Amino acid sequence: MYGVLLYVASTIFVLYLAMGQPEGDVWKGLFWMIQLFVCVNAVAKSFLQEGRGRLLYFYSITGPANFILSKLLFNALLMLSMSLLSLGLFVLMLGDPMPEPVQFVLISCLGGMSLSLVFTFLAAIAARAQQSAALMAILGFPLVIPQLLLLSKISNIAFADVLQGGLGWMIAVLAALDVLIIALSLILFPFLWKD
Amino acid sequence: MIRQNWWKILCVVLLIYTITAGFLGAVPAKDILNETIRNLYFHVAMWFTMMVLFTVSVVYSVLYLRTGKPIHDIYALEYAKGGILFGCLGLVTGSIWARFTWGAFWSNDPKQLCAAIALLIYFAYLVLRNSMTDMDKRARIGAVYNIFAYAMLFPTIFIIPRMVDSLHPGGMGNPAMDTKDIDPRMEMIFWPGAVPGWALLGVWITTLRIRLQLLAEKKLSHA
Repeated sequence: MYGVLLYVASTIFVLYLAMGQPEGDVWKGLFWMIQLFVCVNAVAKSFLQEGRGRLLYFYSITGPANFILSKLLFNALLMLSMSLLSLGLFVLMLGDPMPEPVQFVLISCLGGMSLSLVFTFLAAIAARAQQSAALMAILGFPLVIPQLLLLSKISNIAFADVLQGGLGWMIAVLAALDVLIIALSLILFPFLWKD
Repeated sequence: MIRQNWWKILCVVLLIYTITAGFLGAVPAKDILNETIRNLYFHVAMWFTMMVLFTVSVVYSVLYLRTGKPIHDIYALEYAKGGILFGCLGLVTGSIWARFTWGAFWSNDPKQLCAAIALLIYFAYLVLRNSMTDMDKRARIGAVYNIFAYAMLFPTIFIIPRMVDSLHPGGMGNPAMDTKDIDPRMEMIFWPGAVPGWALLGVWITTLRIRLQLLAEKKLSHA
């Protein structure tokens, strides 16, 4: 937990040292990249650090659906707080190029949670295959690119001075994607679980 | 496995028809596109074939999870590999076309990027499988990932590319694969000839590879 906090703070600090205070586009790009890496670290930890004994204990007290649901929920909340924290640090260190801050806060909350859903499920897969940390990156990065593209499209709107159409539609697609991921996790996780 | 011959003959006939009629048949004369319009019979049909093979692959993955028969896992893997092959061909034929219409093999167009990402997702499937040694576990986790990847394929190649500006036909007022604006002469080659022809070829290649895998497995178990 503290490891992740320190990771967020030090990465953003390094970014500040390297980049100074960048323009809106670069700022946005860096923000989503940092979100991605924080997510890989924070979410991967939650699954990979479970020992055999602890998993066995979970196995005895609950079913797979409850287990994955609680993992998804926990990771979504974790990423929510991490997103807000890194957003705060970004504004503090890299400056504040946003004309529409409230919108962007909401978008980054949604984005952080969407990313955490994908990575939770992938961490569950990667945890079953042994060399997990490298595998997470190989599996995860292609799979989250659609989400990241969508997020950077959505966040364009918060950065643009003029109002653009299509925001509701894109958010609906993102939300539908999230629902799809949750449904798939619930259906598929039992197969990863039994051993 | 389909042991009849008729569909293989049909496949060859359809492909001969596609290739001869595709190169010799009349096409509408359009600026910029000119003769590259014939790429419709190859490039677009490759993507159709890729989707067919990936869909079959995911059906076998579901079957594997339901029944647990190892043969379904071999089917799922080989169909996914076939899909990857046709996806690569689709990307290559697309970039050759792009060289003559857009001026460069690769221009970071959203559709090119999303197609490349879709292939990366499936390459990751192969990497994931190779990272495990236990046969049963590999098959089960592979099947789970395959289903998940297939679901994520839809936003990657069907939804996102439609939401962003692109040079690719099908957006921004460019003509595209659409039942309304396809030329009737080309339609006669594309739907009855190219799409089923290439799809059958994909299935044929895959069934051959499956036979090879099954024989290799048999030899292994007898050794």
